[in-house]
Amino acid sequence: MIRVILPPHLRTLAHVGSEVSIDVAAPITISTVLDALEVQYPMLRGTIRDHDTLQRRAFLRFFACEEDWSHEPTDKPLPENVASGKEPFFVVGAIAGG
Amino acid sequence: MSKVRVLVGTKKGAFILTSDGKREKWDVSGPHFAGWEMYHLKGSPVDPNRIYASQTSGWFGQIIQRSDDGGKTWHQPGTPPGETTTPPGMPKGESNKFKYDASPETGKPLTTHQWYDGTQHPWEFKRVWHLEPSLTEPDTVYAGVEDAALFRSSDGGKNWTELPGLRGHGTGPKWQPGAGGMCLHTIILDPSDPGRIYIAISAAGAFRTDDGGHTWKPINRGLKSQYIPDPAAEVGHCVHHVAMNPSRPGVLFMQKHWDVMRSDDAGDNWREISGNLPTDFGFVVDVHSHEPETIYVIPIKSDGEHFVPDGKLRVYRSRTGGNEWEALTNGLPQANCYVNILRDAMAVDSLDECGIYFGTTGGQVYASKDAGDTWNPIVRDLPAVLSVEVQTLA
Repeated sequence: MIRVILPPHLRTLAHVGSEVSIDVAAPITISTVLDALEVQYPMLRGTIRDHDTLQRRAFLRFFACEEDWSHEPTDKPLPENVASGKEPFFVVGAIAGG
Repeated sequence: MSKVRVLVGTKKGAFILTSDGKREKWDVSGPHFAGWEMYHLKGSPVDPNRIYASQTSGWFGQIIQRSDDGGKTWHQPGTPPGETTTPPGMPKGESNKFKYDASPETGKPLTTHQWYDGTQHPWEFKRVWHLEPSLTEPDTVYAGVEDAALFRSSDGGKNWTELPGLRGHGTGPKWQPGAGGMCLHTIILDPSDPGRIYIAISAAGAFRTDDGGHTWKPINRGLKSQYIPDPAAEVGHCVHHVAMNPSRPGVLFMQKHWDVMRSDDAGDNWREISGNLPTDFGFVVDVHSHEPETIYVIPIKSDGEHFVPDGKLRVYRSRTGGNEWEALTNGLPQANCYVNILRDAMAVDSLDECGIYFGTTGGQVYASKDAGDTWNPIVRDLPAVLSVEVQTLA
């Protein structure tokens, strides 16, 4: 199971707590994790990445194992600790605005 | 006994204010969708418990919410709470998908509009400014969006389809964003003619369709805007809001960037009715529900100073369809007040004695139960108010 930590507003939308667990078929990448997340929680479609282009929304960031993955290729395998469920994959709202 | 429900969208959530027909004691519920910008909420005229809401965020984008019980509970259309699987053939999570129609069938490229620097810029969806439920079908609702376009859902908000004839009619490349973005903020459905819809865009102007949204034409003749190279151009005018009394659907009132305007021929021609207003800049305009020649505006000092003039919050009423205006001040602050009233933040009820409501950027929602003669705040300390709509319930 892949662990995903969502920002508070998306937890409210998805009616979940701070962390969700999802089944993701290998390879474990940003794309496959988000695909599985959106199947399980369809109300999140369009809120993390664009419906059509699948581009990350500008004010969101992706963190894994204390590294910023926001600008990494979305088909690049995530760290083994995320793939094994030892560490969560973070979707984080960037500090922007006031 | 009659009841009134006021739907308030704010910068940080939605609030629902309810009262009986006396409009003296109010219950306040909210914040709904706390922390989100709630641009607009509006109920279906044929099913008042059906309310649509536009929930938006710079971080997470656009969400459409729907209530089927008068605002007690909400869900994203097509994705009810607790339902977390996606059955085959039933796409979910589509209710926030606003995809511009660029299909070849439209016969138009539909790709760019004018940007601030005069160059052409691609259309990019940002948010829904206004939701207008159908007058006859509770599952049909229109959405006015930024960048300016008109969408329609006929399945209760689950799926949205653009009416591309508006952007494709020819003047689109000349539209440009105002300071608040290039938004389609006003949608008026003609109760006497199902094919006729009026819309308004900042900064493009007003437009009308007579065939249910297939074809459109600009209706800006008579508008004069000194901030564009040709003050009387066909498009490019920063229309802030348009209002209509349903009993006279061919008569329209407009608050433009500057100038209060009137049309008696469904928008084909406009004439100025600013008259003795202290300033004719402003955002809101509305019409008394039973007296179609009684109209309301709230003058704002200028385009550079978006607050009421002289520190005084004054609603202006004309009982003559414009030009002759009286200040309504009883119950409103008359010193040290510097709020703004945004374009969708005034509404009227339809009780025998017409109630008028407006919300301010200071978080007050004021109500008058006597057509504007006296005012009282329903609430004083909400987040900045973006929109106010009223439902008059049996």
